[in-house]
Amino acid sequence: MARKLPRKDVVIIGLGWTGSILANELTDEGLDVVAIERGPWRDAPTEFPPNYQQDELRYRIRHELFLQPEQNTFTFRNKMDQTALPIRTWGAFMPPNGVGGGGVHWNAETWRFLPSDFVLRTHLTERYGANFLPEDMTIQDWGVTYDDLEPHYDQFEYLCGTSGTAGNLRGVIQEGGNPFEGPRSRPYPNPPQKQGFGHTLWGKAARELGYRPFPQPSGNMSQAYTNPLGLHLGPCTYCGFCEWFGCGNYSKASPQTTILPVLIRKPNFSARDNCEVTHINLDRSGKRATGVTFIDTSNVEWEQPADLVILAAFSVFNVQMLFNSGIGKPYDPVTNSGVVGRNFTHQTMSSVDGFFDKEKFNFNPFIASGAIGMCIDEFNGDNFDHGPLGFVGGGYLGQVQTSGRPIQNTLVPPGTPKWGAQWKKAVADNYLSTLVGGSIHASFYSYRDVYLDRDPTYTDRFGRPLMRMTIDFHDNELKAAQFLTDKYAEIVKSMGARQIAKKPRKGPYDIAPYQTTHLNGGAIMGPDPNTSAVNRYLQSWDVPNVFVMGASAFPQNAGYNPTDTVCALAFWSAAAIRNQYLKNPGPLVDA
Amino acid sequence: MEAIADRMIPPDPETPGGKDAGCALFVDRQLAGPYGHREGHYNRPPFMHGTKQQGEQGEAGPAQQYRTALAALDHHCQSKFSGKPFAELPDGDKDAVLHDLEGGKVSLGSIEGKAFFEQVLKDIQTGFFADPLYGGNRDMVAWKMIGYPGARYNYLDWIDRHNERFPLPPVGLTGRIDWTPKG
Repeated sequence: MARKLPRKDVVIIGLGWTGSILANELTDEGLDVVAIERGPWRDAPTEFPPNYQQDELRYRIRHELFLQPEQNTFTFRNKMDQTALPIRTWGAFMPPNGVGGGGVHWNAETWRFLPSDFVLRTHLTERYGANFLPEDMTIQDWGVTYDDLEPHYDQFEYLCGTSGTAGNLRGVIQEGGNPFEGPRSRPYPNPPQKQGFGHTLWGKAARELGYRPFPQPSGNMSQAYTNPLGLHLGPCTYCGFCEWFGCGNYSKASPQTTILPVLIRKPNFSARDNCEVTHINLDRSGKRATGVTFIDTSNVEWEQPADLVILAAFSVFNVQMLFNSGIGKPYDPVTNSGVVGRNFTHQTMSSVDGFFDKEKFNFNPFIASGAIGMCIDEFNGDNFDHGPLGFVGGGYLGQVQTSGRPIQNTLVPPGTPKWGAQWKKAVADNYLSTLVGGSIHASFYSYRDVYLDRDPTYTDRFGRPLMRMTIDFHDNELKAAQFLTDKYAEIVKSMGARQIAKKPRKGPYDIAPYQTTHLNGGAIMGPDPNTSAVNRYLQSWDVPNVFVMGASAFPQNAGYNPTDTVCALAFWSAAAIRNQYLKNPGPLVDA
Repeated sequence: MEAIADRMIPPDPETPGGKDAGCALFVDRQLAGPYGHREGHYNRPPFMHGTKQQGEQGEAGPAQQYRTALAALDHHCQSKFSGKPFAELPDGDKDAVLHDLEGGKVSLGSIEGKAFFEQVLKDIQTGFFADPLYGGNRDMVAWKMIGYPGARYNYLDWIDRHNERFPLPPVGLTGRIDWTPKG
């Protein structure tokens, strides 16, 4: 029997980006808020000091800051007729754990989605006709528009001190920025970061080919910055240890550097770390949440009653929590009904390596930041005519090499042996003059047979079924990957590369090689309760005092990194709770 | 392990091979620690054989796999090369055995030869390039070889200096050998 704690106004499950944002907004409203985090507490000065974080083996290769699969993992299969097996160690993605969540380890690439991304089905159907889309593609409109979210994108970028060049200011296209982006109400809070030699050269080549390159929007500081909460960030030092690492330099926007020092001093906020919520409790009607149950490190079970439950875990764990709590009808791909688990997606990453003459090119690849780089957006979303191409979607292309960490960045040209004297010589000859993994960051649209449900065999340490992922690439995404990779390779060729290795993403979807940790969907937002788990304010259709944050709300994934959109949605939802819900608790949209 | 490390990364006049760089020591230490025992991994049964895309599903961790496979490798060499274990073979024969492993032509008891080869190669190369505090990359020889300056955290003065060779020698998390007084 769980021991019962005193009631709170709000309980938040997970203290990453969205949990921190909601906690800060709702404590500002005067509510008494507790956040419950499954992983450990992490502070920037003690956990990420710059005198030992430059350890590629510990953090990148052995995943020190990440969730341990023994605590929770997923099972995986490509097709519905296969037996799913557990992901025993991380590969294709690495779910975060602990206070700060993915905000600790991210590269801080801070992209807005395109206006057309939010009305995707309507937009594509109007432009190309309904028959242009593959029959089993289940893309949807979001129920929220770019214009709805613009003020909240702005809010997040100013919280973070995002460094970049605006491409569209209130409808006027700006030189040097991304001309395809939606209109911004004001410029980025900080100028763009400086660029290394390889990034600069790529941008120049792209411009000469007629593209309009721009610096990648970056949550690494180009200069000292004080955010609206009064917190100070310092200039990025281009150390090349950003993604997979915490920044002890206060140069990367994270909950630790932009929110938590203010939040944890508020008397109406408290947090419990190393406590794992097992389920959200419902009353007898099943239509109202009464709080959550969690287990502490001594395996003692506690009940935390609350009036409002904010589910702010990593996307797939949000979906698992809904399943475990009996909130929302599980999705069934056979009958194409139900909502929880529906429209699960990932990202379609491809890359190109460029090998250059070492006598002429010295890139110093170790001088970089997480979100450094030059990009083009000509082939993203519907910025180009897909009519003759036979696929939809796209991605940004960018020379965004974030490090020269040598375990992972010592590539050899195609045709070189994988070991022995020739390999060794090739590594020595190529390290400084190779551009590794030029990024093709493409969309992953949703399909009827790509989804999440509960595994029938494997369980976590509490005996709860693991989430089962059924996921494979479809022809649409693979065609796009090939097209985009060819375009990217043209740019590297015109930079003067001696040899080029094209790596378009191929099927079947493989769980071992890393892609990104951008897992999306499964508890998607939308205008219709028959095809979405949450409404346009991220409020559960079934249990209106539960709000579900995160990328689990994405009906499909666009060709960008998700964090800016995830956090804009969090601010948007927080505003709806503050301005509408609290005045009249109940459904914000009639079902 | 030292013999394998020295064929995968042979010595040359400028840079020591895998053996003198400490790669075998690195692997030993890794196998004795969390990596060798798959600490933190999802280790619950049932263990079933899956598709290639489903990733590693074996029941044994790397420490046990190495123990089994290395014994089987010596057994294989002894039966093929008149009683000599791998370490006593001439370089040409060592390379031939490794090529056979890589090509999937040798089975190591319960362990698939090709998969084991790939694991060893990955571990040896990881040790070669990891921070020297883990036992490999001794005296930062691998970092010197490629021009990687190591565990530095401030390149603000260098971000604008395009196409210039960075002049400072590498430094590890525990500093440099020449920072320690001799004697």
